[in-house]
Amino acid sequence: MEIKVLICMGTSGLSAGAEEVARTFESELKRKNLIKKCKIIRTGDRGLFRDTLVDIITPDGRVTYEYVKPEDVSKIVDEHLLQGRPVKRLQAGKDYKQFFAGQLRIVLSNCGEINPEDIDDYITHGGFNALKKVFSMVPDKVVDEIEKSGLRGRGGAGFPTGLKWKFCKNAKGDVKYVVCNADEGDPGAFMDRSVLEGDPQSVIEGMTIAGYAIGATEGFVYCRAEYPLAIKRLGMAISQAKEKGFLGKNILNNEFSFDITIKQGAGAFVCGEETALLASIEGRKGMPRPRPPFPAQEGLWGKPTLINNVETFANIRHIMMKGAEWFSSIGTEKSKGTKVFALAGKVKNTGLVEVPMGTTIRELIYGPGGGMMKKRIGLKGVQIGGPSGGCLPESLLDIPIDYESITQTGAIMGSGGMIVMDKKTCMVDMARFFLNFTVAESCGKCVPCRVGLKRMLEVIEKITEGKGKKEHINFLHEMGITIKNTALCGLGNTAPNPVLTTLKYFPNEYQAHIKNKSCPAHVCLELLKFEVIKENCVKCGQCYKACPVGAIDWKKKEYPKINKEKCIKCKSCINACDFMAIQ
Amino acid sequence: MKVDLSDTRKIIQQYRKKKGILIPLLQEIQADYGYVPKESVDLISKELAIYPVEIYGILTFYAQFYLTPRGRHTIKVCQGTACHVMGGKEILDYLSNKLEISEGETTKDNMFSLERVACLGCCGMAPVVVVDNNFYGRCTIQKLDKLLEKYQEIK
Ligand SMILES: Cc1cc2nc3c(=O)[nH]c(=O)nc-3n(C[C@H](O)[C@H](O)[C@H](O)COP(=O)(O)O)c2cc1C
Ligand code: FES
Repeated sequence: MEIKVLICMGTSGLSAGAEEVARTFESELKRKNLIKKCKIIRTGDRGLFRDTLVDIITPDGRVTYEYVKPEDVSKIVDEHLLQGRPVKRLQAGKDYKQFFAGQLRIVLSNCGEINPEDIDDYITHGGFNALKKVFSMVPDKVVDEIEKSGLRGRGGAGFPTGLKWKFCKNAKGDVKYVVCNADEGDPGAFMDRSVLEGDPQSVIEGMTIAGYAIGATEGFVYCRAEYPLAIKRLGMAISQAKEKGFLGKNILNNEFSFDITIKQGAGAFVCGEETALLASIEGRKGMPRPRPPFPAQEGLWGKPTLINNVETFANIRHIMMKGAEWFSSIGTEKSKGTKVFALAGKVKNTGLVEVPMGTTIRELIYGPGGGMMKKRIGLKGVQIGGPSGGCLPESLLDIPIDYESITQTGAIMGSGGMIVMDKKTCMVDMARFFLNFTVAESCGKCVPCRVGLKRMLEVIEKITEGKGKKEHINFLHEMGITIKNTALCGLGNTAPNPVLTTLKYFPNEYQAHIKNKSCPAHVCLELLKFEVIKENCVKCGQCYKACPVGAIDWKKKEYPKINKEKCIKCKSCINACDFMAIQ
Repeated sequence: MKVDLSDTRKIIQQYRKKKGILIPLLQEIQADYGYVPKESVDLISKELAIYPVEIYGILTFYAQFYLTPRGRHTIKVCQGTACHVMGGKEILDYLSNKLEISEGETTKDNMFSLERVACLGCCGMAPVVVVDNNFYGRCTIQKLDKLLEKYQEIK
């Protein structure tokens, strides 16, 4: 049997130097005459951020190594491959196991396991079996199956996918389109990108099945240009699928023909909104328009168009293979299947986590997430749903992850960004961060969003600068509700959420900024004095080491002194302090 | 500075008579020149009978397009949520102060352009800075000073 060497090489693997590790393996295996017996497989990222992850599969089983550096390679080859003794020191530890233990990987099942640039690898892992199966069914039956599965859109709103397919199938028109939304605008999310980098064929298969079901012959993937690797791999996957007859004219000798083109986005968050996205594919400014008509009735160039998210499409083949009943047995009553989250922030293990719907947020943080990064600085809350979502306090972390429960809190499920925040995160600053983002990304077409958000941002900025007034709280609240109710598209309808949820769950922090002119998390620059709080200080000297301009005097067993004349207020000391002892 | 328009001509040829072309066309021009020169816009307008206002509408709507040449090195600072929580804003502020430019601008000596990006997908090593497609994770201001020095040498 041949030996497999899997190396995680998505954007995050590559940024950690995985290519060099792979090359070293190649040369090392050649040098030791093992290259014929071994196969190096460059996979997408598996989801856990561990610099370079390498898996070795031999007849004796599978061993995972983490934090592999080029200089470790020869040791692994010598001891493990030649002498059959895995290198203990480099083996993935407890955290790695905990990260994957709590997960149910359906969408991500191939990520980190197959070579995304080789369609044969996908095929040996069961690829395109669903497509073959679908051809023996009438299109109505396919739509039925998706409807019965209870799958809901993973792009944010959670609209029932089967129903959308049905609308589109029943819409009048000889030409119809399938569009995959890979714009992934949430600035804290990267699951769609990882799927496209690690398992692009599954999206192609899902879209082709959709095309067959609704009667479309042309598909588009709208992918943001900031994802060059995803675009490259998807492009390769499309041309290989064409060569093998899984795309193009008369697919697998059936009458059905389907083709997919990639369209690159050009950096606008609002283009993730479906009507704006269509305008952008047509080559115009990505401005949303009122719905109805919905894209399913009148979409691309006026034709009925089915738009689904990457993760939605990636679910399709699994549902078609294993059946609607299997899928609907996972999850809660109204939210079926799994959801992929991009877990990040102040948590120990960051990365992509796929869990069944109904898992609680706390389970996610303390299970796969491994708990807080720094136990000493406790958990404050979680941001979920990105700029359209909200900040939830610690007390709400036991709610189950499903569309309805999360919406009830005032946040939204969103596409799956989840940022863990600790006591050093300022909630007013978070609100400002997201508003800053939505103000910059507002397309400017409707007044509530263009002007209203800007006014809200100005007020929040005043509060963070210590110029807040009591009446500002009411203003933010009223303005937020008004924008939610009157904006033209989903961007404006949801943009006030980060402000409204922080107002609701963290009112004391706003009060501290307004009344006491202080920022309890020591984040808001204008409210910082750069003074040592002696009660908190343990005289460890971390601040002294972190200061880039030598403005801190410190000797062992003494309190540090900050020289305000030299200080450039870069906050390096505050960030380095684990005891919140500088304010 | 005179702009050589022969590439613009070639690119326009490839896109004639296709639908929904303006964005990919401009993306290709930018990939070729590093930005979208005014002269190219004029030519596209003339050749494809599109009003300049429509082209500039697109160029200014999408964040990806540049109307001026870029510096020798491009520094992108991640301003995604995770990086923000981990201190990404301080990194951007520091660079902006030190290089004396705002985001989107280029230093006078044409060495550095400064940009912000949303999540680069390696939140595990937040805060992240990318210089000319090389990733630098867990950035601190001390590390940045060294980075700038290093890239200053690479002309
Ligand atoms: C401002 C805004 C941004 C959006 N961004 C995205 C996105 O990045 N990716 C996505 O799939 N859907 C996004 N959506 C949702 C889409 O409009 C649409 O609902 C979705 O693509 C439908 O696919 P689904 O049913 O599979 O979720 C966004 C919506 C709004 C209002
Ligand atoms: S937020 Fe910076 S890499 Fe994700």
